[in-house]
Amino acid sequence: MPNSVSNGTVLEMPGMTRSWRQFQDRSIRRFFQFNGLLSILILLGIFIILFKDGFPALQELGIGSFISLIWNPTSYVKETYGMGAMIFSTLMVTFGALLIAVPVGLGCAAYLSEVAPNWVREILKPVIEILAGIPSVVLGFLGIVVVGPWIARVFHLPNGLNALNGAVLLAVMSLPTIISISEDAISSVPRAYKEASLALGASRWQTLMRVVVPSALSGIIASVMLGMGRAIGETMTVLMATGNAQSLPHHFLDAVRTMTATIAIELGEVPFGSEHYHGLFVIGFVLFVMTFLVNLVADIVLAKYQEVER
Amino acid sequence: MKKIFVLLLMTAFSGVSVFSGSVGAKTFIQVKGSDTEVNVVQRLAENYMKKDANVSIAITGGGSGVGIAAIINKTTDLANSSRPMKDSEIVKAKDNGVNPVGVAFAVDGLSVIANPKNTLKSLTIDQIGQIFRGEVANWKQVGGPDSPITLYGRQPNSGTFVFFREAVVKGDYSNKMNQMNGNAQILEAVKKDAGGIGYVGIGYVVDDAGKVMAGIKVMDVAKDSRSKPTSPLLLENIMSGAYPLTRPLYQYFDGNQRAKVEAFIKYELSPEGMAIIKKDGFYTLTDQWKKYNAQFGF
Repeated sequence: MPNSVSNGTVLEMPGMTRSWRQFQDRSIRRFFQFNGLLSILILLGIFIILFKDGFPALQELGIGSFISLIWNPTSYVKETYGMGAMIFSTLMVTFGALLIAVPVGLGCAAYLSEVAPNWVREILKPVIEILAGIPSVVLGFLGIVVVGPWIARVFHLPNGLNALNGAVLLAVMSLPTIISISEDAISSVPRAYKEASLALGASRWQTLMRVVVPSALSGIIASVMLGMGRAIGETMTVLMATGNAQSLPHHFLDAVRTMTATIAIELGEVPFGSEHYHGLFVIGFVLFVMTFLVNLVADIVLAKYQEVER
Repeated sequence: MKKIFVLLLMTAFSGVSVFSGSVGAKTFIQVKGSDTEVNVVQRLAENYMKKDANVSIAITGGGSGVGIAAIINKTTDLANSSRPMKDSEIVKAKDNGVNPVGVAFAVDGLSVIANPKNTLKSLTIDQIGQIFRGEVANWKQVGGPDSPITLYGRQPNSGTFVFFREAVVKGDYSNKMNQMNGNAQILEAVKKDAGGIGYVGIGYVVDDAGKVMAGIKVMDVAKDSRSKPTSPLLLENIMSGAYPLTRPLYQYFDGNQRAKVEAFIKYELSPEGMAIIKKDGFYTLTDQWKKYNAQFGF
């Protein structure tokens, strides 16, 4: 009996290894597949939780009460749940940041990939990546002690805590994303394009503006969208630097309170399960949809340009 | 790379917190809440820990609302609050099996501050209310210089925000008010803004020697236009209640967990604790509040 068993095992050994290998192969494949699906599951989960926790507020208060300007659920007189002012504030700070960061970021990316000598690039690239690692609290602090007083002095204001301050800080935050991704995009433009353009007598500037940048446009747009995604959801920096006044801002020198700041300020003390609590989830849901749309647009644009390139 | 770094950082920090949470024989007291109280309680705790090495006390701010929410949710041992708990909050706590007990440990003369460049010396409660409701937008309307008013207040999670609204504003704050992150931020803003007005706990406006900090001015406040304006800087105004914005500073704990925090609270109310409270700029309890505490055995 022992003999036959040992014989059997010996005989089956090669087969065992093969099935073991297949099993390994399959489980590793499953593992990667699971990881791929996990991000989708998490995204769906967040979507469902936000919607589920926000829905009671929509039900009790009606969508109409969210479509007004002022958010003040802890009012002394009458609770209001208007999201207008804060959505506008969020967009204002975000687009303000892009107005600053896009020209600077693209200029920097073009310089890095087309003009800068090698040793400059070797130094600049890691430095820019370090910039991405600065915690948002630190930037917010700089907003209070450096950028704020500076804005107040330049514009003769009583204080520098306003939308402009937030926009400047968010521009600094989104710069690394914009620079590094568009630099990659620009430097991955085939050499032949540039050489052909130069051979036809175009100057370096013409080549950069009319050949290289258009070819890298998909990557550049993606970088801007990702930078925007970063800016729109940023909380700590804007919370500290923008003054957090609830009124509708009229210009960049007004204090603003963004959607993220509102959630951060109020979620800590809100009674669990109250209308106010669910209302905050409605803000979160709207913010989520906004960033989702930004990313979706980025993806569509990317796909379009990639098609053109092919 | 960056993501990995962030992950590493996160695990490092969570490791630290797990470690500090599990310090064996030591009693670990978590204190959360009022930003007005955070500095003075920190000082009290530091001195207490020197006396009793077996106790470790961790204090964080966040606002009275945050502290009260934490005591309701059983995530803190002691909640600092510069306002009394609301009835609705007490009901919620009881529903959660928490029996909130609030002890007053210090008295604050909530100070209305302005920039020294402002020539105005005093305001009535009524005028301050008008200013913070946004009905008065220029200092000259209340007898000051011709300069626009900038409002600096706290955020809704602050007990001071709530107290000031009940006691002074009696309506909604102006939408133009800058909602600052804490007393210190209001102080910094008013220092730089000639037209600024703000409100902070008395502990924030005086230094260790009892002098008003450089760069700010503490307004005298009158109950109404007939009464005399009084300053929160004078002990007698607080003791007699002549200063209208006198308020107690509370600490709430779960009555079912009294043993854990009792010794620390008793220390705060001892002469030694009182000396620290005074040094930090706040006032010690008046007889009225001592009597209030006595009902809880303190």
